[in-house]
Amino acid sequence: MDFLNGLVAFLNFVFVPGLAYGAQLAIGALGVTLIYGILRFSNFAHGDTMAFGTMVTIAFTYLFQNLGLSLGPLPTALLALPFGIAGTALLLLGTDRLIYKFYRQQKAAPVILVIVSMGVMFVMNGIVRFLIGTEDRSFLDGERFIISARAFKEMTGLQEGLAIRTSQGLTVLTAVVVVALLFWFLNKTRTGKSMRAFSDNEDLALLSGINPERVVMVTWLIVACLATIAGVLYGLDKSFKPFTYFQLLLPIFASAIVGGLGNPLGAIAGGFVIAFSEVTITYAWKKVLGYWLPESLAPDSLVQLMSTDYKFAVSFAILIIVLLFRPTGLFKGQSV
Amino acid sequence: MTVNIRNIALFSIVGLLIVGTGLVQGWNSALLILNMGLISAIMALGVNLQWGFAGLFNIGVMGFVALGGLASVLISMPPTGEAWSGGGLRVLLGLALGAGTIAAAILTQKRMQGRARNWATLAVLVGGFFLFRFVFDSAVGAIESVDPASTGYLGGLNLPVLIAWPVGGLFAAGAAWVIGKTALGLRSDYLAIATLGIAEIIIAVLKNEDWLSRGVKNVIGIPRPVPYEVDLQQDAGFIERAASFGLDPTTASTLYVKFLYGILFAIVLIILLWLAQKALNSPWGRMMRAIRDNETAAEAMGKDVTARHLQIFILGSAICGIAGAMMTTLDGQLTPGTYQPLRFTFLVWVMVIVGGSGNNFGAVLGGFLIWFLWIQVEPAGRALMDLVTSGMSDGYWLKDHLQASAAHMRLLTMGVVLLLVLRFSPRGLIPEK
Repeated sequence: MDFLNGLVAFLNFVFVPGLAYGAQLAIGALGVTLIYGILRFSNFAHGDTMAFGTMVTIAFTYLFQNLGLSLGPLPTALLALPFGIAGTALLLLGTDRLIYKFYRQQKAAPVILVIVSMGVMFVMNGIVRFLIGTEDRSFLDGERFIISARAFKEMTGLQEGLAIRTSQGLTVLTAVVVVALLFWFLNKTRTGKSMRAFSDNEDLALLSGINPERVVMVTWLIVACLATIAGVLYGLDKSFKPFTYFQLLLPIFASAIVGGLGNPLGAIAGGFVIAFSEVTITYAWKKVLGYWLPESLAPDSLVQLMSTDYKFAVSFAILIIVLLFRPTGLFKGQSV
Repeated sequence: MTVNIRNIALFSIVGLLIVGTGLVQGWNSALLILNMGLISAIMALGVNLQWGFAGLFNIGVMGFVALGGLASVLISMPPTGEAWSGGGLRVLLGLALGAGTIAAAILTQKRMQGRARNWATLAVLVGGFFLFRFVFDSAVGAIESVDPASTGYLGGLNLPVLIAWPVGGLFAAGAAWVIGKTALGLRSDYLAIATLGIAEIIIAVLKNEDWLSRGVKNVIGIPRPVPYEVDLQQDAGFIERAASFGLDPTTASTLYVKFLYGILFAIVLIILLWLAQKALNSPWGRMMRAIRDNETAAEAMGKDVTARHLQIFILGSAICGIAGAMMTTLDGQLTPGTYQPLRFTFLVWVMVIVGGSGNNFGAVLGGFLIWFLWIQVEPAGRALMDLVTSGMSDGYWLKDHLQASAAHMRLLTMGVVLLLVLRFSPRGLIPEK
């Protein structure tokens, strides 16, 4: 019984939040890794792209709420998501036409593109703050829990409850669907294959008649989808605050690099590695260990390896360890 | 020759902008902009050393600046005797244990062979971690319980705050050594992410380690290198001199203090600029640029690229640390909550790119100009919004929204300036020769 209670506490406080956070990071990292693979630069504006997409989705969510539209138990934000994606796609295609295209034609060094993306980051950050302000916003509605802690306790008779929030369930479900669609697209469709060819060897791809502008456009469209979905899921799970989204840049990049930059499979693995490490290292294990260890060994302190404020340090430490021992990441990524 | 005239003209324009601020908004604001402009110029010099000379992509400027700020606390604040006797030595012992663990782990990894190696390293790390936490946690508890409302930290060495400036540089240099040792061999993108991460970690440490920096409770009242306004206002000689300029003592004292800071900062800037110019034109500077332009060729000529990179990474970071110590001295307080990457890292990058990377004078010019814009865009944005909304009736939601959002014009403007310069004048206002 004690073992089961401990297991439930572990699932409730470590596994489920880690799984949801990992899925959010994975979708974010997929966007970063795709841009790196096709456009060959690290996009520092990705966090703010996510914020922008979420902002548009929030605006439509409020609109639908005012019109009385809803999805019943599911959050209205799902209904608004396609509009958020469309808005982000317009923004990204516009940015590409106005800004990135010039440097691509100049064949500028990747590091110049990174600096350009810093400028884009400033502008997007400014736009988001200008339009929606800097305060915390929650836009989750509908049913809050799939299983609430109390219902679980009544069902099983255990002391510990297992709560699964709707947002967490949605996150994992969406992540599976998104990843499946993305891999189907990259591996089975003509456009997807041409994208992979372009990523592997640009010159050869051009020689075989692949239109680079089309590949770039499709990439931005996919990135718009991924960034908005990641941003909205994160916002539903926690809350929306522009500065937090900017700070997500570090764990997202860590995920993409740990998995191997430019490798989609790696981005997903990296997302979960980073998320679970963050959660396990900053979680106070007292409760779980109290159940699992014999009474004489039960801990007095919190058994928290690091305070939650150091979660950046965790992503960072893992990043460094992986880079030192496997410079191309867990899955073989590109190295330029 | 024409280049020189152009440069002088550019600097004069920035000078005129600041003087104009003095005439329109008062000399106090103008001197504030000038002082922070001087500090920004020093930060830009540091980044320019790394990016302009060596092509190193460091986006962790904020961390080095914050370390400089920590130095001014640790040097100039009075020590908290009770905290030292309560847990001071134990904290130091704990830190030594932590450092020893890492050293032992590295040694194990290097010396041992075979399959046991990684397990042994892991065992050393885990064992060391628990030992470290055991010693460290109790000491921290003891220190932080000493009068938490006003102290609750170890305090400093009670030395003149000017000593903190070079010490801030040393702190930043130490951190840069550690980062450089691990991350400089990697690609440029990875170095960028590594520096971004370390900066966040440094800020997290300053925010959370109350025994060291009081965390978010802030350290206020850091001693000054210049006299206090209140003392000046009571000084008969000073009042007399102020009167001879036709100023009342209060205004005169605030201006005088800011002016003294300005002189101090200008001295530091001139020394660093002189050194940077010397370095740029020396064989060492030429070697650096050769490495930047073609690493492979430079390596083939027998240059130790990694070592040179490490060297310039440390130097540039040290300059940012000095600037950070100066800034905290000017503020008179350390507020870890106010360090934000957009303001302290990316803004400095805008300064370097706009001013002209690879040119020290360009970086300095960029520092002054962008800082001026950063300050003035906000009132300008507000004025613009007032103009735009002047036709709308009061209380109309759009008017309220636009006026409340005017403060966010800053980031937008900086981004647009950066993108325009990158597109139309990628080498900056004063290009590299």
